[in-house]
Amino acid sequence: MRPFDYRSPADPAEAVRTVAGDPTAVFLGGGTNLVDHLKLGVVAPRLVVGVAGLLSTEVEELDSGTLRIGAGVSNSELAADPRVRERFPVLSQALLSGASGQLRNMATTGGNPLQRTRCVYFQDVTTPCNKRRPGSGCSALGGWTRNHAILGASEQCVAVHPSDMAVAMTALDAEVRVLGPDGERTVPFGALHRLPGDTPERDTVLGHGELITAIDLPALPIARRSAYRKVRDRASYAFALVSVAAAVEVRDGVITDARIAFGGVAHVPWRARRAEDVLRGSEVSDRRYRAAADAELADARPLDGLDGGNGFKIPLLRRTLAATLRDLVREGAR
Amino acid sequence: MHTEITVRVDGAPRRLTVDTRTTLLDALRERLGVTSPKKGCDHGQCGACTVLSGGKRVLSCLTLAVTQDGARVTTAEGLAAEDTAPDERGPVDGDGRSPDDTDRHLHPVQRAFIDRDAFQCGYCTPGQVVSAVGMLREFARGWPSAVTEGGREPRLDHAEIAERMSGNLCRCAAYVNIVPAIQQAAAEAGTEVAG
Repeated sequence: MRPFDYRSPADPAEAVRTVAGDPTAVFLGGGTNLVDHLKLGVVAPRLVVGVAGLLSTEVEELDSGTLRIGAGVSNSELAADPRVRERFPVLSQALLSGASGQLRNMATTGGNPLQRTRCVYFQDVTTPCNKRRPGSGCSALGGWTRNHAILGASEQCVAVHPSDMAVAMTALDAEVRVLGPDGERTVPFGALHRLPGDTPERDTVLGHGELITAIDLPALPIARRSAYRKVRDRASYAFALVSVAAAVEVRDGVITDARIAFGGVAHVPWRARRAEDVLRGSEVSDRRYRAAADAELADARPLDGLDGGNGFKIPLLRRTLAATLRDLVREGAR
Repeated sequence: MHTEITVRVDGAPRRLTVDTRTTLLDALRERLGVTSPKKGCDHGQCGACTVLSGGKRVLSCLTLAVTQDGARVTTAEGLAAEDTAPDERGPVDGDGRSPDDTDRHLHPVQRAFIDRDAFQCGYCTPGQVVSAVGMLREFARGWPSAVTEGGREPRLDHAEIAERMSGNLCRCAAYVNIVPAIQQAAAEAGTEVAG
């Protein structure tokens, strides 16, 4: 690990000024991903700025009904919040499906969406990787691709975003409150992450020195009937092969509204608007659920690979969406 | 790039100067001689390094020691004494440990691990025990897990324990006895345990 200075500023504004003033500086939240990357040599900052103690650890209900989640709220506290469990079950379930009890206690609301891909080549500094070292090449292409993207990838990068929480936040139209050197701004959660294109080294639209201070969850009645379903190689403590965040409103056997997002399939938590369009006005049926998945997956580009590739994700995601919707509709009928 | 920190470890304040790169795990083991937290994977995947910080279970291998200035850290060695008031504790020697440490009574979770033969080689056991203590506190607060039925109060059955303890791996695969050990400790503490 390269030597670095550590500072713990007095408040978020000072933290932002400190990081903005040093191009090699990084924020340290819960540390569950960054500390590992320091050990692996994936990053080598000269200055680490601790922010975990500076950020709100409260979930506050605003007059508008919005839940404002402080960036310092741990993943486990957020998953257990009674308001989240009742109004946004998909978010609580997504959080609980990720990592382990210890890691959820450490991981923060602000840090979780900024965790980096678990692409093995990204984490292995002995292999070329355009995300870690721009221009060095992509080792995943023609390599092991089982865990990689089927949507929105580029020639430069086929990595997927690993967060479960982010998939739920995307489906829920959350908003990210950001403090930067030029002041505050709000970014729609669905616009926080970016596709790799020719600059896969940039995961999000945040600039250097910008700090997430809170995530807002606007009131969303449809979210009371919502769920997160995650498919992985073992039952717990593993990243998603595919996942589905879904919320539906059903009246007289017809889906009147839907919110759908996919995880494990793209460089971003993937909002499935085409699937939502198919579902709106559809009768409740497996055939329609599959049609919704197929509409979203029309542009899917599975990868060949030494391990047989990732084409399995297409039927797997189709079945996972159908199963999620079937359970949600049945639950509502009880 | 050195920083002075003070960490309360198993009840005793310990002051030390650390390289900023030092993890809490390395500070405990290499600097303070507290070797109950184990280095398994050193990447947050095995849980052998689990300690309580501020009463919550965390991974000491992914925690920089500099972030723990002023924190209260409890390892497997300090579990039994954690609920004891400071003035009830025995004398503390230069290493910050009581001379009678080995004779001190065990925490109920530690006793249950012995009763139920819940380990083989024992390397993961301190992490398992600390994790179980933290987990039972989380359960007592009503925190749900991924296997808790929607909206219901969780019940401490096999599936709940396995899910909540999934961050602690055991190469000997002693899981079959770890779950009953945790159930025993929970039942002794008055928690309703389901089969």
